[in-house]
Amino acid sequence: MFKILHKQEVAPNVHEIVIEAPAIAKKAQPGQFLILMADEKSERVPYTLSDWDADTGAVTLIVLEAGHSSRKLILMEPGDQIEHVVGPLGVPLEIGHHGTVALAAGCYGIGAILSIARAMRKAGNRVIAIVEARSHYLHYYQDQLREVSDELIQTTIDGSEGIKGHAVDVIKKRLEDGEQLDLVVVVGCPFMMMLTGRETEPHKVKTLVALNPIMVDGTGMCGACRVSVSGEMKFACVDGPFFDAHAVDWDELWDRKAAYSQEEIQSVERTEPVVPLRPGSRTDTL
Amino acid sequence: MLSKKERIKIPRQAMPEQAPEDRIHNFNEVPYGYTTELAKLEADRCLQCNKPKCIEGCPVNIDIPSFIALIQEGKFIEAAQKLKEENALPAICGRVCPQEEQCEVKCVTGVKGDPVAIGRLERFAADYERAHGEVALPELQPKTGKRVGIIGAGPAGLTVAGDLIKLGHDVTVFEALHAPGGVLMYGIPEFRMPKEVVRAEVDYLEKLGVAFVMDYVVGRNSTVRELLDNEGFHAVFIGSGAGLPSFMGIPGENLVGVYSANEYLTRANLMKAYRFPEYDTPPIRRERVAVIGGGNVAMDSARTALRLGGDVTVVYRRAREQMPARDEEIHHAEEEGIEFKLLNNPIRILGDENHRVTSMECIRMELGEPDDSGRRRPVPVKGSEFIMEIDTVVVAIGNKPNPLIPQTMPELKLTRWGTIVVDEHTMQTSEEGVYAGGDIVSGAATVILAMGQGKIAAQAMDHYLRTGKNPEPPPPPDSGTPAT
Repeated sequence: MFKILHKQEVAPNVHEIVIEAPAIAKKAQPGQFLILMADEKSERVPYTLSDWDADTGAVTLIVLEAGHSSRKLILMEPGDQIEHVVGPLGVPLEIGHHGTVALAAGCYGIGAILSIARAMRKAGNRVIAIVEARSHYLHYYQDQLREVSDELIQTTIDGSEGIKGHAVDVIKKRLEDGEQLDLVVVVGCPFMMMLTGRETEPHKVKTLVALNPIMVDGTGMCGACRVSVSGEMKFACVDGPFFDAHAVDWDELWDRKAAYSQEEIQSVERTEPVVPLRPGSRTDTL
Repeated sequence: MLSKKERIKIPRQAMPEQAPEDRIHNFNEVPYGYTTELAKLEADRCLQCNKPKCIEGCPVNIDIPSFIALIQEGKFIEAAQKLKEENALPAICGRVCPQEEQCEVKCVTGVKGDPVAIGRLERFAADYERAHGEVALPELQPKTGKRVGIIGAGPAGLTVAGDLIKLGHDVTVFEALHAPGGVLMYGIPEFRMPKEVVRAEVDYLEKLGVAFVMDYVVGRNSTVRELLDNEGFHAVFIGSGAGLPSFMGIPGENLVGVYSANEYLTRANLMKAYRFPEYDTPPIRRERVAVIGGGNVAMDSARTALRLGGDVTVVYRRAREQMPARDEEIHHAEEEGIEFKLLNNPIRILGDENHRVTSMECIRMELGEPDDSGRRRPVPVKGSEFIMEIDTVVVAIGNKPNPLIPQTMPELKLTRWGTIVVDEHTMQTSEEGVYAGGDIVSGAATVILAMGQGKIAAQAMDHYLRTGKNPEPPPPPDSGTPAT
């Protein structure tokens, strides 16, 4: 059992959940992920680590409601116990001295690049954090990111804040303008990661993407998360999550991720509404 | 008292089981087990040999005639306790051991007739004890103050835990998944290994004082070295299993609808996907399923797919005689209506524009000369390619060792297959105080083999914890007699 210490909605449908998990906080490194089960009947779902504190034993995740399992999590409150939390899993991102590092992020990835930016900067890199969202009110962690990067660039699709467009547009422009980027790291949806890889490839900029395919055990046992990289079969959980964006078979990844969309819709439909019972909650006082 | 002649006259007693037409619609256990009457009748077939051969066939040296004698006398609980002297998990072994290759093949009544059904009797005694509440705890030896860390709560790890706690050591078992049992939980289906039975065996170990830590990934949360150097463990046993599925390396294996048997079974068993949407994990419920492979895991996958409502075909590249699955499992699968395409090998899997499986191309095989394993090598028949219309493929062709622990312990010596090198008399690895057993050592083998290795390791670890040294190796066999 793992206690929720703190929870807040940092942007609409973007939830910051802080969990007491000392054995994880002690070992976590940038780019790793956890597997959570809200209760005994939950799926095992991977979430990228956003931040952690080895001294207090707290770990922070960004959770977006995207289906039944994530809904269960965000309906929990501080003091509630998450049944299972496993990690840190995956090979940590190699933090070294690269020069200028651009970190591009969208949705949950904005939270995920926080610890990466901090570590990259500490290693002496110039860190450019580029965050994208549909509109200004969907941006979160901006102050935190500003603190750990040399430059923070916001983009919005509707142009309501920062540059109008996507993170990839910023990277593309900078490369075309002749700016040298030594490493690009992208954390976000597969489409964004694929597009960014396409733009950096002609400029021969090393680009790493954090893949998040469907997983079951997260320790190499099931092979659900296999991806093709340079034509070779890799397991995202033990060989990844970071892979060379220019070598990943994106079409395949895209389709494998959607393998259960029908079942997922069914699960959400048939279990609605999920309202946990607790003293003081609305159902309790009815 | 029955005479020997009278005993030999009793026929081997069948175990009542669910009819095939019923059981294909549920996940309940197939055999019901012996009644007390049937158990006594079967036990009466045992001749109580002076020099029992059956014990030689048992990887964990159970005193078989003694426990059967107790069943003959109607002392069922005592029979279970006798079993537990050598085997902490009799309800499990009674179900999944290949007795026909071990104890029963040595049984003298089997020379002219059928051997005593030792496995069914073992299962009966263990189930009887569990059903009748009071599971007696054996006396533990005085505490030694030594701490042992066990990695993996599967058959090997549970065996070591059971033996070492009785010998007075403190035992902590680390498990990466959210429930203990290893392959007994995630791999072997409910209809063959009820999870309640596994839970009861783990409860028994907990009552003896074994600590279980779930959700703990050794190699990530701590390395083996850290357990020894920083976390106060005096010895470690690695029983992390064969957790990395093999694929065939043919085109189309990453299509949506192709699963490793591990994933397919883990969803159904550990995650209880067959109870979706009560449980959140979606099952793989498709119409035409091809299972590739001929072992027990292939049979388990095929029978699971059938229960999830599919038409199931097992595709195996060799002949029936060469299938590694137990006869009983093949028989059960055939009874349930699973089709077997033997001497056929998949060469590619085809999909639609959404990368979903639509069919599989196979080629017929014929048996040629024997290969290294002594089995006749299957060779493709030129021009015999054909297409099977299917929507799901389950690949059950084995596992490779999980790399997590070796990756985080570079000094550990490995074989070229990635399994851990051990001294077979002690199961010690290349590192002092670190022992290993089960599939991480033997590749992919059976539950009982893992338990046998666990027993050897536990004995050596006990010696090491008490003296700081491993036991002396036994003298080489036939030493002193000149070779002829």
